[in-house]
Amino acid sequence: MQSNPAQATLINPKRSGLSRKTKDRMVIILFLFPALVIFLLFVIYPIFRSVYYSTFDWKGLGEATKNIGFENYRKILIDTVFQKSVVNVVIIIVLSLVLQLPAAIILSTMVARDLPGRALFRTIFFLPYVLSEVNAAIMWMLLYNPDPERGFINGILVAMGLNTVNWLADMNIVLFAVFIVLTWKYFGFHMLLYLTGLQNIPTEIEEAARMDGANSFQNFWYITLPLLSGTIKTSVQMSVLGSIQQFILVWVMTKGGPVNASEVMATYMYRFGFVRFQFGYGSAVAIIMFLVCVIFSLLYRKLTNKPDYLTGL
Amino acid sequence: MQRIIPTPRWMRKAVPRVFQYILLGITTILIFIPIVILLFGSVKTTGQMYSHPYSIPNPPDWTNIVNILSTPSFWGMMKNSLIVMVSTTALTVFLCALVSFVFARLEFRGKNWIFNLFTVGLMFPINVAILPVYFVLRQLEQYGINMIDSLMGVILVQTAFQLSGNIMILRGFFTAVPKELQDAAYIDGCTNFDFFWRILLPLVKPSLAAIAALIMIASWNDLLVPLVVLNSDKLWTLPLGTMQFQGQYSQDLAIISAFVALSSIPTIIFYFFAEKQIVAGLTAGAVKG
Repeated sequence: MQSNPAQATLINPKRSGLSRKTKDRMVIILFLFPALVIFLLFVIYPIFRSVYYSTFDWKGLGEATKNIGFENYRKILIDTVFQKSVVNVVIIIVLSLVLQLPAAIILSTMVARDLPGRALFRTIFFLPYVLSEVNAAIMWMLLYNPDPERGFINGILVAMGLNTVNWLADMNIVLFAVFIVLTWKYFGFHMLLYLTGLQNIPTEIEEAARMDGANSFQNFWYITLPLLSGTIKTSVQMSVLGSIQQFILVWVMTKGGPVNASEVMATYMYRFGFVRFQFGYGSAVAIIMFLVCVIFSLLYRKLTNKPDYLTGL
Repeated sequence: MQRIIPTPRWMRKAVPRVFQYILLGITTILIFIPIVILLFGSVKTTGQMYSHPYSIPNPPDWTNIVNILSTPSFWGMMKNSLIVMVSTTALTVFLCALVSFVFARLEFRGKNWIFNLFTVGLMFPINVAILPVYFVLRQLEQYGINMIDSLMGVILVQTAFQLSGNIMILRGFFTAVPKELQDAAYIDGCTNFDFFWRILLPLVKPSLAAIAALIMIASWNDLLVPLVVLNSDKLWTLPLGTMQFQGQYSQDLAIISAFVALSSIPTIIFYFFAEKQIVAGLTAGAVKG
């Protein structure tokens, strides 16, 4: 029997043997497999491993044998140092949302449209974001040096006839000093988000409002800001999640000190995990932080689940 | 039509402009102060650093820079950082491209389930996960797989935690490629693999460059994973070395400045070359994430 030539091309005899469907399935499996293995092994499995260890009193030597149920969680939640670290994270979040984000919105609306040299400003403002956190921390430690002969900021304070401030060693100041560095480092990133958001707003809308007699402020408040709400949503989320997991800057500059004054959740976990080797206790802290991130992400998605004006998403 | 004499156009524009430039100028100065003081400090002697801590170095003294550049350990760290960065970037881009293609272009049962699994990674950042991950590395070590104190461990952990975010970004880019292209390719007898390899990948090269730039920066700057995984100083990466160096010479501000400046310069140079890609990747990531 002769095979039908038309049918032959359809089946594509060069790669015969496997049906199209089987090949599709093979592509799916082959493409997903390597990433899934790495992801499951290093991201998902550790969560379960950690949940397991978090119920043990385990110092990391030998196997974990002393199961103490939820005792670690109880101890963490009543530990005043942990409470302090949560309060500090909340303070950082609030300061970011109240100071950093509005400033980023205002500056980006200034640069956004037609200001000559705006590309240059964007490049400059974004530069700290790409510097490593270690280097940023050390740069600021030089500036914060308590000795006015050495530290730039105290030098200026003295030149202005003011008293010096022991930025990183004063319990009342240190968190604020850390926040300044965070702002310096991440301000440009948020500005970049707003610049992109602004570029997506058609200028016609604002033109129309201006025609109708809206002044610049009204235009900004009633037109630009609502249209930017999608970007604001993202920026707030990034800011909060970033603050919850803040570690390197704090660890390099203060190690959470003095006397836990700048302790954040991640430094607390690192201290118990890698300095005191209380692996069970540290695991419980990690799980608590993970839950905080999950709960925040899900709640935030629920709360802000209003379609964006521009994209409808 | 009747008109009140208007403010001249140039003035209406120029006055707010001046105000804008002043504000932006102040911000620019605030951003540059730490960087400039660091760069000044890096070309001062220790003596100059004490007598004129924040003035322009006059004359510049290159001793510290030269000394650091002539220590083999600095170049060792540079080499380790490069190995980690290149491997992590190559591996992550490769894996993310495969996965994103499947998510963006193919249909199969359980797709949503697997996709949601990857989104868990967004809520479990490495700073939170580091201790749990360390347990797994130790466990692998017990099975004879060398993960602790090896660059391989750093590379795999960095890759694993880069997957989620970059898959989301790339999936967005891949979905934007018109569906018609895929249909046309299939009619011409392309298999899924052909379409992915010969048509899609060449088309999305700019997107791959964008996520590659982001991964390179994240990997190059990463301190936490090397800090936990690496013990022997021969394997230290640049940020880890910088932190140790700062601890060791904490009194000699001049030499610390030189070291930090030298370890920042690769990032700054890279930034000026790849700004477009970095910005494209970040904004796409933020919108999709």
